[in-house]
Amino acid sequence: MTSLEKLRLAFAEGLGTDPAEITDALAYGNIGWDSVAHMAVVAAIEQAFDIMMETDDVIGMSSFSKAKEIVSKYGVALNVAG
Amino acid sequence: MESLLTLQGKIALVTGSTRGIGWASARLLAQHGATVLVNGRSDSDLLKQRVEELKSICGGAEAEGFAFDVGSADAVKECYGAIFKKHKRLDILVNNAGILEDSLLGMVTSQTLARVFHVNVEGVVLNMQYASRLMARHQNGSIINLSAIIGRVGNAGQVVYGGSKAAVIGLTLSAAKELAPANIRVNAVAPGFIDTDMVRQLPREKFEERARSIKMERIGTTEDVARAILFFASDLSAYVTGQVLGVDGGMLI
Repeated sequence: MTSLEKLRLAFAEGLGTDPAEITDALAYGNIGWDSVAHMAVVAAIEQAFDIMMETDDVIGMSSFSKAKEIVSKYGVALNVAG
Repeated sequence: MESLLTLQGKIALVTGSTRGIGWASARLLAQHGATVLVNGRSDSDLLKQRVEELKSICGGAEAEGFAFDVGSADAVKECYGAIFKKHKRLDILVNNAGILEDSLLGMVTSQTLARVFHVNVEGVVLNMQYASRLMARHQNGSIINLSAIIGRVGNAGQVVYGGSKAAVIGLTLSAAKELAPANIRVNAVAPGFIDTDMVRQLPREKFEERARSIKMERIGTTEDVARAILFFASDLSAYVTGQVLGVDGGMLI
């Protein structure tokens, strides 16, 4: 499984939805992505990649594509097996 | 049977723990098996000494010192980054660091207001923010915030301090509701008149007047408060959240 797939799974877990629904177009406010779900997504991402995100990144993670940028900052290579 | 009070295997951070209530709490948590991370504002000799003392009284238990200003977002971020790197978890946070500045309402400066709220309120929020994220990973944790009797009943000359300690109650109650689904408990302890360096600075007359207002007829000790903190830190309070526990000997203000 690549890290990108792991990220998609973490989102699906946090949002309680199907991984197929996690696309680049997904943004905060869609498919039940509210503030409570947001913290669950953050926890799932941190767990999946064993990282601890800074508060600015937690607040700034407004879409799936933004999340890809953010996890890359923590040394996650998205196209490599994670 | 394993004691409900055991903190074996738990990681605890106690802010402002080089002296007073913080130090008594750090000692008591360590005596019950926790690995205690002590904190002071600066990297002082006292902080290093406290770490060594903890290690010796607890038979070589782990202890570490973290020097940072609890109200500084960057410093707090760095501290929790280091905790994550080394321990991957945090089980107990005691938000004890606080400052006391008395001033009659007409003489409150914006600097006093900023200083007191920076440490007593901002510091608590910042630490809860990072701690709760570490605790959420393993769906367990206990946060204990230090309020004060003044934050519940008020006192002349303590508009700023009392306001900051009342804010601690409000933020404790809200965080308790927000974090309960993640099995993170948030409670507050509201000490009365406790024998610390902070109250020893009071003029003798004022000190005696306060001491006389305590129904149990003695000033509280830092250990009295530490025991209430241990209660909230341990499984004895496993189903208790959003509470404010007065530790004041029946003091009336």
